[in-house]
Amino acid sequence: MYTSEGTELNRIILDIAEIMIHELKLEDVSPETFDPDIDLVDEVGIDSMDLATVALVLRDRYAVRIDEDDYPKLVTLRLISQYVFERLSAKG
Amino acid sequence: MKTVSSLLDDHWHERYKKISRLSIRSSIYDVTNRCNLRCKGCFFFSSDEHMVAPEEMDIHEWEAFVDREIARGVNLAILIGGEPTLCLDRVEAFYKRLPTFCATNGLIRVPRDRFPNMMVGISLWGDETDELVLRGKDAFSISSKNYAGDPYAYYLYTVTPKQIGKTERIIRKIRDAGLKVHLQLLSNDEGVSGFTWTAQELADIQDEMDAMLDAYPDTMISSKYYHKIITTGKMQGRSFGWMECPSVTQPLDRRNPVPKRLINFIRWASDLKTMHRCCTSETRDCTTCKDGAAHMSWVMVNKRAHMGSTKDLQNWIEVYEMFAKLYQFLPW
Repeated sequence: MYTSEGTELNRIILDIAEIMIHELKLEDVSPETFDPDIDLVDEVGIDSMDLATVALVLRDRYAVRIDEDDYPKLVTLRLISQYVFERLSAKG
Repeated sequence: MKTVSSLLDDHWHERYKKISRLSIRSSIYDVTNRCNLRCKGCFFFSSDEHMVAPEEMDIHEWEAFVDREIARGVNLAILIGGEPTLCLDRVEAFYKRLPTFCATNGLIRVPRDRFPNMMVGISLWGDETDELVLRGKDAFSISSKNYAGDPYAYYLYTVTPKQIGKTERIIRKIRDAGLKVHLQLLSNDEGVSGFTWTAQELADIQDEMDAMLDAYPDTMISSKYYHKIITTGKMQGRSFGWMECPSVTQPLDRRNPVPKRLINFIRWASDLKTMHRCCTSETRDCTTCKDGAAHMSWVMVNKRAHMGSTKDLQNWIEVYEMFAKLYQFLPW
């Protein structure tokens, strides 16, 4: 059960930040220092294959499938986290 | 964490933003198994790919196929062959539906009333002597008349070891015809004597390509980093080869680990059912493959590997821009 939406969303942000750092081998950043609003494409240099890699891990971790058509919308860590959070919430 | 804006000044950041969201999804199509030339070293014939599958002859099947490709997410059709201009109705099936690039030997002019802005890449294998040896014909003398001044055509000049010291004359001829040129290197698939690169020849041609880019920046569509990659086969300490190539047909890609690669890329045979392994010959040794597009793509899919320094990222931008210009995602 979620204690509150905000707390749960923050937990997901940290979790996905850790996944991204690990899977994409991002350097000089930790889940705590990962700016959730930084543009992943324009600033971090992430491309759609990177997103597909992360999406596979998220599918295993959360049982949430990210549609490839949604990739262009998911340009920040926060947006990805909200996407996952909303689908988890919808599952109840 | 290194970020794009921490590495680039405003000028380079603007250039980066123009390409960072292009999301090019290309695939390659054999339009026909036939050609009006038989060039030594043409991978399509040397590896018998022209005999892999019978051509689909029904134009409605081609049209339906292109629609399925668009639904699959393809936004750039690269037409090769055989010689695509032998089957202009098939070319048109692509051109009317999505951004299309057509490779040709230039012997038949693409009618511009039917294909007003389709980008055409005209193959060229050297000077008159080399073209006679490798292609049996001085194709340039014909193609340069067919396409003189055409703003949507450029030469794909496949440089051979015999061309070292001679490229400037050809680049001038192309400039004088009002056209542009992109250089790539011959992969000597048929082992024609004297056409296999030595390490020294590759170093020499890299220097020559760099000098030509400096001398003819308005004619050459290229970048020095691309010259380095294609001549050395090295990028960021990694060597080009099967386990690095981005241009492997995705449904046939069994590599583990899967390298950074072109998303959903397929090279289709002209029966529209058979898939080729990759963008070029299945029989080619990947460690010596000199395919220009594969090497460009190798750089392009490895963006974050180029975020170690400002110069690395600028090199990546220049290669991406080059590709985008060659396939009309950016203007010249």
